[in-house]
Amino acid sequence: MSTFTMGQALNHGLRDAMAADDNVVMFGEDVGTLGGVFRVTDGLAKDLGEDRCFDTPLAEAGIVGFAIGMCLTGFRPVVEMQFDAFAYPAFEQITSHVAKTRNRTSGRVGLPMVIRVPYAGGIGGVEHHCDSSEGYYAHTPGLKVVTPSTPADAYALLRAAIEDPDPVIFMEPKSLYWSKEELSLPVEAPPFGRASVRRKGTDVTIVTYGPSVPTALKAAEAASAEGWDVEVVDLRTIVPFDDETVVESVRRTGRCVVVAEAQGFAGVAGEVAARVTERCFHSLAAPVLRVSGLDIPYPAPKLEEHYLPSVDRILDAIARLQWDDQPDLVHVGASS
Amino acid sequence: MDTTARADGLGAGLDTPSPSGSVYSTNVEGTGSGYSTNGGGGSSVEGQVADVARLLPSPVPVQLLTADGRRADEQSPYSMPSGERLVEVWRQMVIGRRLDMQCTALTKQGRLAVYPSSRGQDACQVGAAMAIRPTDWMFPTYRESVALFTRGIDHLEVLSLLRGSSHCGYDPVAHKTAPQCTPLATQLIHAAGAAYGERRRGRDAVALAFIGDGATSEGDFHEALNFAAVFKAPVIFFVQNNKYAISVPLAKQSKAPSLAYKGIGYGVRSEQIDGNDPAAVLAVLDTAVEHARTGQGPFLVEAHTYRIDAHTNADDASRYRQPDEVTGWLAKDPIDRIAAYLRAEGLLDQALQDEVEAESERLASDLRDGMNAEPVVDPAAMFDHTFAEPTPQLLQQRDMLMGELHAEGVTR
Ligand SMILES: Cc1ncc(C[n+]2csc(CCOP(=O)(O)OP(=O)(O)O)c2C)c(N)n1
Repeated sequence: MSTFTMGQALNHGLRDAMAADDNVVMFGEDVGTLGGVFRVTDGLAKDLGEDRCFDTPLAEAGIVGFAIGMCLTGFRPVVEMQFDAFAYPAFEQITSHVAKTRNRTSGRVGLPMVIRVPYAGGIGGVEHHCDSSEGYYAHTPGLKVVTPSTPADAYALLRAAIEDPDPVIFMEPKSLYWSKEELSLPVEAPPFGRASVRRKGTDVTIVTYGPSVPTALKAAEAASAEGWDVEVVDLRTIVPFDDETVVESVRRTGRCVVVAEAQGFAGVAGEVAARVTERCFHSLAAPVLRVSGLDIPYPAPKLEEHYLPSVDRILDAIARLQWDDQPDLVHVGASS
Repeated sequence: MDTTARADGLGAGLDTPSPSGSVYSTNVEGTGSGYSTNGGGGSSVEGQVADVARLLPSPVPVQLLTADGRRADEQSPYSMPSGERLVEVWRQMVIGRRLDMQCTALTKQGRLAVYPSSRGQDACQVGAAMAIRPTDWMFPTYRESVALFTRGIDHLEVLSLLRGSSHCGYDPVAHKTAPQCTPLATQLIHAAGAAYGERRRGRDAVALAFIGDGATSEGDFHEALNFAAVFKAPVIFFVQNNKYAISVPLAKQSKAPSLAYKGIGYGVRSEQIDGNDPAAVLAVLDTAVEHARTGQGPFLVEAHTYRIDAHTNADDASRYRQPDEVTGWLAKDPIDRIAAYLRAEGLLDQALQDEVEAESERLASDLRDGMNAEPVVDPAAMFDHTFAEPTPQLLQQRDMLMGELHAEGVTR
């Protein structure tokens, strides 16, 4: 056992995947000599060779398009987008080609690539460095969307993503890069597409993922002082979505809050709430509530504390699950 | 060449190719790069080759001052700017350098969220800002703080982005300066559009757009050059080649003989300069601005310079470059260079030096004071500017936040 940050666990995941399969190559901006701006690729170029981990010209559409071409010749590229909002120049390649090539070719061509995207806020980054862009990808059929919340999962999910025959958008929560865990690698983890119950509870289910998992766990802890026994489900993969774990939990607890850092309107949290409502309607004692980011562009760093779903906002939502007491509840934006 | 806009204000940018089939054939300038052998024209293949030559940059970067501040011997088609302008470029560089270093210091105290220094690129920052008029547009990136200071925008307003209090602290229309752009190369197309818009309106304003060496690899850079050329937009693309895109050296970024050559494929006249030579920066940008302003279309300038500090305060440059490389470039310092020249010409004496240094100290101390005061950030205002009018949902979210702040005892 040793201590690994999420960043280091990802580094080991890449190393092990590249050692296991020569077809796995890693490229992107500053991933070579520098080891990536978050050091996730630290030492890979040096230890495994510059043809295995290399810097590209500064062009995201180019990086993703190049990866598509390499897939056609049998490689399994892992590419790094430097920050969430800087993946947008590649959006055309991702939505028009990465997502659709299997379908366009009647299954003859799959694109086993991984697009790593450091995402979300909470790190005091200036504009364009804090976007929660998972909704765009999850809304695009043909892309798997993954987001770890622990170092162990970061390792295991990344290995699974690289082995997956389909393209995976691997969303890395920046605020958790420095979170630590005792591990002995390689780790065992639930399979791809399976959610994890991070905390057992009987009264309320919080469904969440990625950067919001630690906040949800803190809120669950705080809620227990008020007599609520809260279960926390971490989706781990948004696509594929694990209806089974979520439904089993909510049917048992009868109450559900969905927590996500992304802006709430038309986002992943809304999808989760709808699925839970469809499947658990008769078990629900109250409507499914959402606690999410605000429906504004991610604000300047000095204001981000007001944007992020906080422990208090989650506790407030939990309190409002005493539905009988407040039949006139109006939907209130970020925690509606 | 008709350089004035049509009376209806339309169509000025819509010139069609001349009957000869060459879009360049009518524009021969006296101040050209001086390296083309033929002014172009005619419909022959030879004529087209000559047109290409007219677009070509100088084979070596244009230099008017040597690294030690003497007049470069080379016969240059660009003339030395006036003594008065050279003194002003020096003065602004001294001030800009002092403020830039102050900003770097402020990041260490956590007063700025991040700061991308332009130390070493001082001549580019100041020279470019001095080459345009207040009625011209500027399209800066995150690195252009000093250019914006030189443009006369309030220091604290400029720094609000990097301080983390707002995304853009100044009024872009009032200052004819777009918000500092972070997604790389995206601002260049806006510059082409603004420049074209000005022409369509019958005005002679130009747009000056900044970009780094790395960002010339982005698709948007290429689309911007093409749009600007096709619509004959009066835009100057100013590439500050500071040798690295974060950690990636130019040799791994591009195989072009010089980034200045990227213009010619699009039909954009291009030039390369010694970006640490303030005189060359002014002289060539004057030519570029004149070219654009007089209706001859876009112009691309590559300035060879060097980023002395790391990419930002958050970057560790020792991972990708050797200290002696930096030392070598310190010897080409643009401020020392012009100061040596001005002294030799009798344009700079100790009294003026003391005066400008005192002024820069005063400005740096004002900046420190301004930064030490907590910035005014109004959480309620976050909801005001997603749309012209907040939607009902945004108003509900604002009420929720105000309720939370009230409960926390925050009074406003
Ligand atoms: C579209 C996009 N991709 C990636 C980034 C992240 N990034 C910020 S600065 C930078 C390097 C830019 O280098 P260069 O264009 O040479 O300009 P310099 O910073 O050296 O002035 C990168 C990769 C970004 N801001 N935008």
